[in-house]
Amino acid sequence: MNIVIAMPEIFLLSTICLILLLDVFLREDCRMITYLLTQVALLATALLAYGAMDGEKTTGLNGMYVRDDLAGVLKISILLLTFVVFVYARKYLKDRTIWVSEFFLLGLFAVLGMLVMVSANHLLVVYLGLELLALSMYALVAFNRDDGRSSEAAMKYFVLGAIASGLLLYGISILYGLSGKLEFAEVLTYVSSQNVLENIPLLFALVFIVAGIAFKFGAVPFHMWVPDVYQGAPTAVTMFLGSVPKVAALAMLLRVLAESMGAAQPGWAQLLLVFGLLSVFLGNLIAIAQFNLKRMLAYSTIAHMGFILLGALTGTTEGYSAALFYTITYAMMAAGGFAILILLGREGFEAETLDDLKGLNERNPWYAFIMMVFLFSMAGIPPTVGFYAKLSIIQAVMQAGYLWPAVFMVVMSVIGAYYYLRAIKMIYFDKPEQTAPIQAELDFNILISVNGVLMVLLGLFPSALMGVCSAAMVASRL
Amino acid sequence: MIPLSHFLIVAALLFAISIAGMILNRKNVLILLMCIEMMLLAVNLNFIAFSHYLGDMAGQVFVFFILTVAAAEAAIGLAILVVLFRNRRTINVEQLDAMKG
Repeated sequence: MNIVIAMPEIFLLSTICLILLLDVFLREDCRMITYLLTQVALLATALLAYGAMDGEKTTGLNGMYVRDDLAGVLKISILLLTFVVFVYARKYLKDRTIWVSEFFLLGLFAVLGMLVMVSANHLLVVYLGLELLALSMYALVAFNRDDGRSSEAAMKYFVLGAIASGLLLYGISILYGLSGKLEFAEVLTYVSSQNVLENIPLLFALVFIVAGIAFKFGAVPFHMWVPDVYQGAPTAVTMFLGSVPKVAALAMLLRVLAESMGAAQPGWAQLLLVFGLLSVFLGNLIAIAQFNLKRMLAYSTIAHMGFILLGALTGTTEGYSAALFYTITYAMMAAGGFAILILLGREGFEAETLDDLKGLNERNPWYAFIMMVFLFSMAGIPPTVGFYAKLSIIQAVMQAGYLWPAVFMVVMSVIGAYYYLRAIKMIYFDKPEQTAPIQAELDFNILISVNGVLMVLLGLFPSALMGVCSAAMVASRL
Repeated sequence: MIPLSHFLIVAALLFAISIAGMILNRKNVLILLMCIEMMLLAVNLNFIAFSHYLGDMAGQVFVFFILTVAAAEAAIGLAILVVLFRNRRTINVEQLDAMKG
């Protein structure tokens, strides 16, 4: 059985149940205790996940669960990113009248679902982890109960998310019928014995599975939910939704496509190529037309997800590690960008249009500088980390022999730089429309500064994180 | 004995009908929820048919999990629907257009 390999998840689940119980007995004004316990639980789980990294690949729980360095890296980044996001979210929730523990508990359940997805070695476990994440997310998007837009966004997210799960499941059922197995290693044995491009039923299953995964990424043509959900959800939830689950989506792609169907790479690479190029194209173009900042960042996410898909489709170790690097750093930039939006808002006022950025430099030069770093990083301008992330993806894509897609990505990045630079111009050269002071607590200030400085540091010394990413890929034999 | 392909065709038809239902339905969000349920049931039928013909229990176990998750999903879906109705006083699909662009 070897139940020890699921230790971080078991620990997190027990802690969630404890916090849930404790929270019932706490008074309204003691919410801070729930929050602190949540943060401690996240850090402790990250420590457990770190302790479990031993360079070995161990399976357990009847072959359903796997522990390897890739899982370790993904889990630690998910947990730490969630920790940071919760610190940022605290300000938002406290400023509004939604300082309730549901946010943190649902967030913890979503994290648990992500951890399960990351360590899955069986199609059923992937599905269960995915649903735990998705169901918590639907509830999180709707959790500001009195906001009509937020419930509309939740409804759209729910319906489209359920369709995506249905597509994924249909693909899994066909794959099960063909191979007779659900465990990754056994599915791989079956797929390796087939000529993928000639086997129509297998391709049929593959299309459904890739569609399900592309939906979770929010890649074109399964991107319809992204702008509406980003705009409608409370900014704290948008920040969580727009950063951490992207890491889990990449984990699902690596586990399901690269690990269990690695031999079918010629089949799924074609699909990912189309989805990736369309995402980079549409995401960058439509973002130009947006004046709602949250919506603009949503379309920018779509473009970034296109990059990640293009990196992953190469099927090489370089491609996978570049995609992992891109995802982790993108999640950091996205969390930081939305954190600045949270800073700009206050009680009774949501900062969400581009005009709210105007004159940020006059109101607070340091926040303006950090926001500029995030925007530069998203646009991929050196010396920020976004540049190196894009460069490594493009290198991997070219090494795999896709020359034209690489050229196309460069061209679209240049076009995309326009709307980031427009925002920077507003921060530095326009007169402020709002004059309310921007304040935050100490931990928020420290974390946002560290987050911003890291974007530059990682851009100057990318090999630290890149080394971890590629070592994890090598250890997991991807 | 009914051949496997018959089951697969019925499941594929159910799946296609549920997708068509979601696309064609312009009136009521509840119908979308029903379509989602039907989609999952089509998948279940697939799993059970394969499981039976392969002589492998894993498919049937999978179905139990899907049924459980579908129940949780319906609960959350209906809860969101109630919230939506309270805020908007309508569950008409065409009127869910507060956000555009």
